[in-house]
Amino acid sequence: MTPSAFAVPIENYIGLSAVIFFLGVTGVIVRRNPLIMLMSIELMFNAANLALITFAKAWVNAAGHIFAFLVITVAAAEAAIGLAIVVVVFRRAAHVDVDEIATLHG
Amino acid sequence: MIAFWVLALALIASGVFTITASKPVYSVVGLLGNFVVLAILYLTLQAEFLAVIQIVVYSGAILVLFLFVIALLSSGVKPFDEGTNRLPRVLIPALVLGGIALVTIVFSAVRSPSPAQPSITAGSPGALGQTGEAGVFGSVANFGQTLFTTNLLPFEVTALLLMVAVIGVVLLAGDDVPSRLQVRERGTEREPIVKSGEPLTR
Repeated sequence: MTPSAFAVPIENYIGLSAVIFFLGVTGVIVRRNPLIMLMSIELMFNAANLALITFAKAWVNAAGHIFAFLVITVAAAEAAIGLAIVVVVFRRAAHVDVDEIATLHG
Repeated sequence: MIAFWVLALALIASGVFTITASKPVYSVVGLLGNFVVLAILYLTLQAEFLAVIQIVVYSGAILVLFLFVIALLSSGVKPFDEGTNRLPRVLIPALVLGGIALVTIVFSAVRSPSPAQPSITAGSPGALGQTGEAGVFGSVANFGQTLFTTNLLPFEVTALLLMVAVIGVVLLAGDDVPSRLQVRERGTEREPIVKSGEPLTR
């Protein structure tokens, strides 16, 4: 393929994916609200998906699409479980500090 | 090229809005914009099926799940303590780990072979309009053929994973199943969704 004025290098897509992943990590680390932390995790899933689909396009290989599909499934399962845990924690105690939930430390 | 930068800016802006919003509902709105822009980006990458899935599953299912939980938990109250700011405490470990990750990415990018298509043209001959042809990269038929032949086992493992997730959610968040005896004692009276002793509305 000859590069044209409309061509976007894949480095741009990968860089964009990295920026979104960075935003997700920042959200998980900085925010205290568990719902927003879960949403930041979704951001990271999406960054990984963007990278996978970009590489699938770059190598003209549908395996990346399959993997992104699996990642979406895992994200759905993770959101369901995570939100269930949030609901359970909130039922047990009305006001909780996220850093002090240590019941599962063992 | 211009379209890419517009989409990239919208993606980053909605992501920043998601993690800086003061209320979870605003975060959901930001995340919704993020998902829609990402679906358009998937279209430019010839991933039609995944663009549709992105809208249906993420925006349709996962975000609505988030909204349900927000509505259930925080009806006018602040359910979780904000506490002190964590940023100063985690800044140095985060920078160290981020530096390690950056070095790893650059190293592997330098070592990796160059791809078949080093740049992406949105208008390149591809799947648009050819969704039924299995030989065309990115078409829905191609995706389905790959999913159900080469990658059938991961697909079935996905089904198992979702099953486990459903059972886990029911075990975690579901009410205890009342025994037959209690039901008979209670008669035809319906069980309230929110029990009075629970601190849901506090």
